[in-house]
Amino acid sequence: MKKQPVERERKRLAHSLWKAFKSFSTFVPILLGVILSAGLFQSFLSKNMIASLFAGQILRDTLIGTLIGSILAGNPITSYVIGGELLKSGVSLFAVTAFIVAWVTVGVVQYPAEADILGRRFSALRNLLSFILAILVSMATVMTLRLIP
Amino acid sequence: MNKKNGQKKRSRFGVYFLAFVILVYLLLFVLQPEATQIALKVSGHLLVKIIPIFLLVILFMGITNYFLHPKIVSKYLGKTSGFKGWLLATSTGILSHGPIYAWYPLLKELRDHGMRSGLVAVFLYNRAIKIPLLPLMIYYFGINFVVILLIYMIIASLLEGKIIEIVER
Repeated sequence: MKKQPVERERKRLAHSLWKAFKSFSTFVPILLGVILSAGLFQSFLSKNMIASLFAGQILRDTLIGTLIGSILAGNPITSYVIGGELLKSGVSLFAVTAFIVAWVTVGVVQYPAEADILGRRFSALRNLLSFILAILVSMATVMTLRLIP
Repeated sequence: MNKKNGQKKRSRFGVYFLAFVILVYLLLFVLQPEATQIALKVSGHLLVKIIPIFLLVILFMGITNYFLHPKIVSKYLGKTSGFKGWLLATSTGILSHGPIYAWYPLLKELRDHGMRSGLVAVFLYNRAIKIPLLPLMIYYFGINFVVILLIYMIIASLLEGKIIEIVER
């Protein structure tokens, strides 16, 4: 007699998982598109190409750092490695910080998927705010760091 | 009905987008075959790494469907969630794994169940802070830099969430 509710719950759980799988499958083409785009960016943009974009002016370089970080996507480790190399080659910490923050918070490559799934207005606003905040976070971090003896 | 139409529209856009990217690959393959092959390999590696995350997300979505009724989501992540909601979105954002886009479907599911948009933004922003990667970040930039950056990033995430809520109100 008691088995009936258990059986019903099991069926409900299976149904929930099936529903989730079906719902997720509608996202597969766009997610595949994003993965393939990320591969393109990582393969066609070298570290030297990125370093050559910085000119030595703090404000301009911070903006360029944010822009490149927004366009490129991938594992944050890659951004630390590129950021470290950029620092070694004389790029300011402002620009490098903005670069590594924008790398993970702004997503130009992921934008089509984000807009499609979470809504165009929300995604546009989120990415725009993250872009501005990457610059502000970079400024605040480096300035605070300079206060520490 | 509307939801179904939305899903159809979404899957159609996804297919067009994928077709466009494949077309770009074909074009680049003609122009620069070696770099395009590397891009394909990089994407393949990404896909292999991301499949377990996708499975995890499907499982979470299933569990969300099964356990989380809109009332529960509203209580913890909805309009009346207050400080706890911000804390939950920040901490789960920091603890979540894998690429950001793997989490979009689950967040959509949670938002459909009543999660605030501001908290979705907070979750997405805090995904930038990855605890397992902190030692590497410290190695490259030093501990002072990392601690200061993380504090400012958490503040920025909350600020972003608040602004989004004000704009969307």
